[in-house]
Amino acid sequence: MLPHYFNHLFVSGIDIYIADVLIILASISIVGVLTYFKKWKWLWREWLTTVDHKKIGIMYILAAFAMFFRGGMDGLMMRTQLAVPNNHFLGAQHYDEVFTTHGTIMILFMAMPMLIGLINVAMPLQIGARDVAFPYLNAISLWTFFFGALLFNLSFVIGGSPDAGWTSYAPLAGPTFSPGPGENYYLFGLNLAGLGTLASGINFLVTIIKMRAPGMTLMRMPMFVWSTLITSILIIFAFPVLTVALSLLSFDRLFGSHIFSMTHGGMPMMWVNLFWIWGHPEVYIVILPAFGILSEVIGTFSGKKLFGYSAMVGSLIAIAFLSFLVWVHHFFTMGAGATVNSFFGVSTMLIAIPTGVKIFNWIFTMYKGKVRFNTAMLWSLAFIPTFVIGGMTGVMLAVAPADYQYHNSYFLIAHFHYMLVGGTVFGVFSGLYYWWPKMFGMKLNETLGKWHFWLFMISFNLTFLPMYLLGLMGMTRRMYTYPPGLGWSHLNMLETVGAFGQGFAMMFMMVNIIWSIKNGERDLTGDAWDGRALEWATTSPAPEYNFAHIPMIYGRDAFWDRKYGKDKAKYTLKAKPYTPIHMPNNSGRPFLMAVAFFISFFGFVFEWWLVAGLGLLAVFFFMFSRSFETNTDHYISVEEIEHTESGGGRS
Amino acid sequence: MTTHSDVNAVNGTSITPGQPAHHDKFPWKHIIGYVLSLILTFAALGLVLSSALPVTVDIVTIVVLAIMQLLVQLLMFMHVTENHGSRTHVMTLLFAFFVAITIVAGSAWIMTFRSSVA
Ligand SMILES: [Cu+2]
Repeated sequence: MLPHYFNHLFVSGIDIYIADVLIILASISIVGVLTYFKKWKWLWREWLTTVDHKKIGIMYILAAFAMFFRGGMDGLMMRTQLAVPNNHFLGAQHYDEVFTTHGTIMILFMAMPMLIGLINVAMPLQIGARDVAFPYLNAISLWTFFFGALLFNLSFVIGGSPDAGWTSYAPLAGPTFSPGPGENYYLFGLNLAGLGTLASGINFLVTIIKMRAPGMTLMRMPMFVWSTLITSILIIFAFPVLTVALSLLSFDRLFGSHIFSMTHGGMPMMWVNLFWIWGHPEVYIVILPAFGILSEVIGTFSGKKLFGYSAMVGSLIAIAFLSFLVWVHHFFTMGAGATVNSFFGVSTMLIAIPTGVKIFNWIFTMYKGKVRFNTAMLWSLAFIPTFVIGGMTGVMLAVAPADYQYHNSYFLIAHFHYMLVGGTVFGVFSGLYYWWPKMFGMKLNETLGKWHFWLFMISFNLTFLPMYLLGLMGMTRRMYTYPPGLGWSHLNMLETVGAFGQGFAMMFMMVNIIWSIKNGERDLTGDAWDGRALEWATTSPAPEYNFAHIPMIYGRDAFWDRKYGKDKAKYTLKAKPYTPIHMPNNSGRPFLMAVAFFISFFGFVFEWWLVAGLGLLAVFFFMFSRSFETNTDHYISVEEIEHTESGGGRS
Repeated sequence: MTTHSDVNAVNGTSITPGQPAHHDKFPWKHIIGYVLSLILTFAALGLVLSSALPVTVDIVTIVVLAIMQLLVQLLMFMHVTENHGSRTHVMTLLFAFFVAITIVAGSAWIMTFRSSVA
C-alpha cells in the first residue's frame, strides 16, 4: 500500500542533484565538527533549550542569514536566466519554482525573522526588562519558525517546489492546476512559521505593556520599542487572516472542498482578497521595525535626541490604521469598479503623509548634530533616499487608472524591491552593525563594513533602477525569457551585473564577521557607540538576567540622561545590595514540540495521514505535559550575580 | 564601583524566594470555555454539513454562533471583565472592532463586482 504521493518523493534535475550532495556534505560536516569538539551537550544546553531572549534573537538572525543565502541564490538564478534574450539556463517550470521560493523565503523566512531577531535582542533591554513576558513561548516561536522554514525548503529536494508565485493565487494554486506536493509545502510551511510569528506578536505586545522598568511611561519608550509595539499589533490582527486563508486552501487541496475553486460555487477572488488583507499589513510588519532601527541609529550617531518624537509616535499609529484600509490596491485590475478603486487609491496615498513626517524627522534629527559616519549610520542614511524613490513610485502605483499600465510589470517589481531591500534590508544591516557589539561583545570592522555598504548600495541601484524603465517598456513580471529586438537586452544585462554585485558585496559582510570574531575591537564598556537607550547600560553581551538592578527611568533617552543629563543626580544613588533574581528554566520541550509539528506537517504535505496524526498527537502530548509542570523557574543567587558582575568586562 | 550599580534596586518580580506563585484553584473557567468553544464550532460545522435548512437561515445561525464564540473567548480566556489594565482592553477592543468591520464590510463591498459581472 504505497501512499499515493510516493512517486513524487524524489526530484530530478542537475541543480537538485548538486543540492542533494551539498546538503549531505554539510550535514556530515556539521555532525562531524560537533562530535569532534564534543559540542553536542553544549549545543543542547546553551542553545537548543534556551529561553534567553538574546540567544533566541541570535538564532533567529542566524537562520535568517541562511535563508538570505538561499533566497539570494534564487535571485541570482533568475537574473542569470534573464541576462540575455532567449536564454535556456532554466526551463519555464523551473523558473516558476525559483521565483516562487525567492519571494516567499525573502519575505517570510528572511526579512521577518531578521527583524524579530533584532527585536528579541534589543527591545527587552531597551525597556529595562529581565526577559520577554513569556520566555517559554518565545522559544516555541523560534522553533516553529525554524521548522516551518525547514519544511518549506525541503520542497527543493523532496517532492518538488511550489510554483504558483509567493501569492499562490487560486485557482492556479488549487489541486487542479498545481497537482503534487509543492503547494502543500507552501501552505504548511507558512502556517507553521505563522504560528510562531503570531505568538511573537503577542509576546512582544505583552512585554511592552507589562514589563517596562519603573518610570518608563509609553511616551518615554525608545522609538524602536514603539515601532515594535505597533508591529506587534499589526501581527496580532493580520496573521490570523493568513492562518485562516492557508487552512482553507489546504482544505481545498487535501480534502476536496471548493472554497477557492472555479466550480461548485467556489470563489477564487476570495483568496486574493484574504491574502492581501494579511499581505498589506505584512509589508508594514517588515518595514516599521526598520523605521525603529533607523530612529535609534540616527539619534545615536547624530548625538541628538530624536526630532519630533510625538509626531513619530502619531505617524506610527496612523500607519497602523491605514495599513488595514488599502489592501485592494493589489488588485485594482480585478474589475471591482471605480468607487472601490478610488476609495482604496486615496487611502493608499494617505500613507505617504505619516511616512513623509518620519522622513523629515530623521533629517531634522541630523540637522546641526555631530554626525558620525559609521557603517551603521551609512546604511541608515542610504535608507532615506532609496525609501523615498520607492515610496514615490508607490504613490504612482496607487493611481488606479495608471495602475492598469504598471500592474504586474517590472515597474512594480522595482517599486517593492526599493521598499523591501532599500527599506527593510538596509535597516536590518544598519541594526546588525549597530547592535553587533551588544550581541557578541565586539565591533565589526569599519573598513570591511564600508566596502560592504558601498558595493551593495551601488549594485542594488544597478539592479533595480533599470527595472522601472523595463516595466514602462512593457516587460512583465514572472516572464522566464524574452526575444531579442525589444530594447530590453542591455538593461537586463545591467540588472544581472548588479545582482551579482550584491552577492559579491555580501561576501564582505561574511569575511567581516569571521575577521571580527578573531580580531574585532572588543567592547569592554558595554556602551560601544556612546548610546542613548538602556541596552547600552549593561555589559556587552548582556548577562542572562540583563540588569543586576532594574533601572529607574526619569525621562526619554534614559541612558544618555544618566550619563550627561540634568537628571544625572537622580541616577547616582548609593549602590544597593543585590537580591536573588527570578528567571525561567530552560526547556527542551519547545524544540521537541516543533519537531513533532514538523513531522506532522510533513505527513500532511504528502497526505500520509498516519504520520500527520501521530505528529499532532506528539504535539498535544508536549502541551499536556507542560500544563502539569510545576518546576518552571529558578533564582540566581547573589553570589552568582556578584561573580558575573565583577567578571563582566566592566571592572 | 561602576555606573551600573548606582540605580535603584527593584526586584523585577512580585514573587519572593521560596514561594513560587501557584494558583491552587482548578481552572474551571478555562475548561468550560474550552468545551463551549468546541460545541459552538462543531454546531456550525454540523449545520453546513447537514444542509437541511435554507441558506439564509444557515448563515444567520452561523453568525449568531460566531458572536457567541467571540463572547466565550473574551470572557473565559481573555478575562476582559477584570479591572486592571482596562484602558488597554478598551483600546485593543476598539481596534479589533475597527479591523473586523473593515475586513468584513470591505470584503463584502469589493466582492459585489461579481454581481455586476454576472
Ligand atoms: Cu500594499
